[in-house]
Amino acid sequence: MKILVCISNVPDTTTKVKFTDNNTKFDSTGVQWVINPWDELALTRALELKDNPASGVKGVTVAHVGPATSEPTIRKALAIGADDAIRVNFEPTEAYQVAAQLAEVIKNEPFDIILCGIESSDYNGSTVGSMLAEFLNAPSVSAVSGLNVENGEATITRDIDGGKETVSVPKPFVAIVQKGIAKEPRIAAMRGIMQARTKQIKVVEPVSVSPLTELIEFEPPKPRAKCIFVDAENPKQLIELLQNEAKVI
Amino acid sequence: METVKMKSGEFLVKDIDAKEIFIPEEFNEEQRMIAQTCRDFMDAEVFPNLDKIDKGDRELMKGILHKAAELGMLGIAVPEEYNGFGQDFVTQMLVAETTGAGYSFSVAYMCHCGIGTMPILYYGNNEQRLRYVSRLATGELIGSYCLTEPGAGSDANSGKTNARLSEDGKHYILNGQKMWITNGGFADTQVVFAKIDNDRILSAFIVESNWPGVVIGPDEHKMGIKGSSTTQIYYNDVKVPVENMLGARGEGFRIALSILHMGRMKLGANVIGAAKQTITDAVRYANERKQFGVLISTFGAIKHKLAQMVIKAYAQESAIYRVSKDVDNLINQYKSEGCDHGRAGIDGISHYAVEDAILKVWGSEMLDFVVDEGVQIHGGMGYSAEMNIDRGYRDSRINRIFEGTNEINRLLVVESATKRAMKGEYDLFGPAKELYENLDNITDGQVAGESYFDQKKRYMKNFKKAIMIMIHATMEKLGKKYMAEQEVVNNLANMIMELYMVESMALRIEKLESINGTRDVYRDMLNVFTYDTAYLIRKNARDAIYSITEGKEADALIKAIKNLTHVEGVNTMAARRRIADRLIEDNEYKF
Ligand SMILES: Cc1cc2nc3c(=O)[nH]c(=O)nc-3n(C[C@H](O)[C@H](O)[C@H](O)COP(=O)(O)OP(=O)(O)OC[C@H]3O[C@@H](n4cnc5c(N)ncnc54)[C@H](O)[C@@H]3O)c2cc1C
Repeated sequence: MKILVCISNVPDTTTKVKFTDNNTKFDSTGVQWVINPWDELALTRALELKDNPASGVKGVTVAHVGPATSEPTIRKALAIGADDAIRVNFEPTEAYQVAAQLAEVIKNEPFDIILCGIESSDYNGSTVGSMLAEFLNAPSVSAVSGLNVENGEATITRDIDGGKETVSVPKPFVAIVQKGIAKEPRIAAMRGIMQARTKQIKVVEPVSVSPLTELIEFEPPKPRAKCIFVDAENPKQLIELLQNEAKVI
Repeated sequence: METVKMKSGEFLVKDIDAKEIFIPEEFNEEQRMIAQTCRDFMDAEVFPNLDKIDKGDRELMKGILHKAAELGMLGIAVPEEYNGFGQDFVTQMLVAETTGAGYSFSVAYMCHCGIGTMPILYYGNNEQRLRYVSRLATGELIGSYCLTEPGAGSDANSGKTNARLSEDGKHYILNGQKMWITNGGFADTQVVFAKIDNDRILSAFIVESNWPGVVIGPDEHKMGIKGSSTTQIYYNDVKVPVENMLGARGEGFRIALSILHMGRMKLGANVIGAAKQTITDAVRYANERKQFGVLISTFGAIKHKLAQMVIKAYAQESAIYRVSKDVDNLINQYKSEGCDHGRAGIDGISHYAVEDAILKVWGSEMLDFVVDEGVQIHGGMGYSAEMNIDRGYRDSRINRIFEGTNEINRLLVVESATKRAMKGEYDLFGPAKELYENLDNITDGQVAGESYFDQKKRYMKNFKKAIMIMIHATMEKLGKKYMAEQEVVNNLANMIMELYMVESMALRIEKLESINGTRDVYRDMLNVFTYDTAYLIRKNARDAIYSITEGKEADALIKAIKNLTHVEGVNTMAARRRIADRLIEDNEYKF
């Protein structure tokens, strides 16, 4: 049984986000790129399953849609323990394109379980996983916080309001995972880092998919309003400020 | 294979093209990944446990080392045939830098991977390597290094620990006492230095801690690095199999000194990690703490501190990776000449004796400066034991004491540099004499319309001339016993150190600009640092001049030094503000 983990390449979560070109382009200078945290947890769970012989999981592949510059992130996934990787050589502008490209990959090389993070920490779209399932005509389960596989049969736990739900799904399926799927992401061990050198990243050319949406502009959050200290002896100033600056009274 | 660009100490007489040096911006993807692994490991296992670690629980620290071992972190410098990962010296230094932010863990880890493991790798025979190094690399064994004794600290060869051959010739019987042994409380192996019979020179032995007669003392109560175990160790008729002698009889002192060279280099990298961590803590605090209605990071006095912290850490980083690549090139050269790989490793490192002493002294003093200002920026909270800044302040202090005190290392800077010149490794005395005999002709050499970096290169050349003149004057005046006048030697050491630092920074920034284009705060750093260095070189030269000469002779020297340390004025306030503003904006050290 084989698992495919779809990974996205995102700016490190501490990045200060800036835009260029009239707020239509993300400014990537000096940005450190990482595996999307949810995808990293998905990968961790996939590797845990592979480590357990009773699961029947034999291989873990990662797939990414993006240019060659994202290969360091893919190699990180290989260093953490994925067996091999597929990169679709395409720079997507939105989720529909990502899902469509991934679907092509899977149609050509089937997997039993496909894992996607619930969202990517850059655009927070939360749509790739379900679109991908639709393209594949496969069942999808969202908000997955537990995945178990025994003798090839998968049980899935989902968080629902105030509790949990356990479901089983026929393979192949897409599980859209969230926190809880694995405890902590794995740290790449030295051996893994060295082995990553020789693991394969298969580069496939994209199919032609037009985007469904078009970006108009980004709007950075407004800077927090400044805080004005008013002396306790001076209630008049407070009233004045509330009336004329804040215009709330 | 890259060739060796500079021999140790040669920077005093030779200039190098910026293209030829290695800068940290050139780390490859794998090196970055390894550093990330170390950072991730510390985030997971070290930083959440700092308070617990500092309670000095031996089992906890040993457990953390074992977890690091699971990731392969204990085998980074060890070749693959001994269960390691055979990484080059630059990568080892990057790992040392990264883990250097780990407080007590950093000391335990560096002790194990460095002085605990490497003597056996470098000097052991294949059997010893297989038996010990392969298990130290996987964490099955934890290592330590036992040189210091109650009566033998800086004077390391004066130890009294004794070994004599048993009657059947199968064992050395070891008796004596060691002191200040890092990892002593839980190490499984010890590299112990002792004198056989009445030998004048030390020999080295591999001792296992659980052998009968080895008694481990309780942990010392220390000012800092409280989580690192430091103990005395007693040897009472310990039977050490003869096959556990490391190297040849009488080779121990050489082993001890070579290993110290490695330790110094790595310490020089450790302090960068600690400094960057402290700077980040300090700027984050300054960006949160308000007084007089504004953030304290808006105050000029705070910006001044932040900028100085950054400049010094950046200089140390520039110098460390510059020399690390030199070391790698030399190791590769030795290997290609057929040298045993272990020996090639240590001989390559020990060759750079001038630089390792510089990096140890300057780096440890840099970190002490940084943690001190870090505390100051935190105000009263800096004095509180609840913040990491207090831990950093206490933990930093040891760096000026171990791996050879800074006093000893200052002497070594001058001694190694002059001895190598005497051996003819480079021509220092020829040009020095020529300059000395023509003091009146010395100018600052300024030419109209010189480019930014040409001006900096001229300054470096001038600083080199100033140092050569002072070395010549010292040897001329003090004769063969010049090393005995330690105050003057310290002046020379300070001048040499400052030169190496500022030149390394200038070369790095020149190379960086050739890759990334001009970035102003880097020039600001170089401008301020050059300006400060010129002053320090001048001050040290003046102190030395008045210590060894007087009258007209002194006047002539003073005038020459003044010209050679003349640099353009810099608006240091504006430059430092720009550097600080960039740090404040990033809210972390990101240079
Ligand atoms: C926490 C800690 C961990 C340590 N870990 C280890 C370890 O794992 N293994 C190990 O073998 N050792 C270890 N040491 C020992 C350490 O290397 C020594 O403390 C150090 O070399 C200094 O020796 P000393 O303490 O005897 O000081 P001394 O040599 O007595 O020095 C006292 C002062 O005199 C100065 N001085 C001495 N000689 C000269 C000179 N010729 N010229 C000018 N000034 C001089 C020194 O610089 C210093 O300022 C450790 C020490 C500490 C505190």
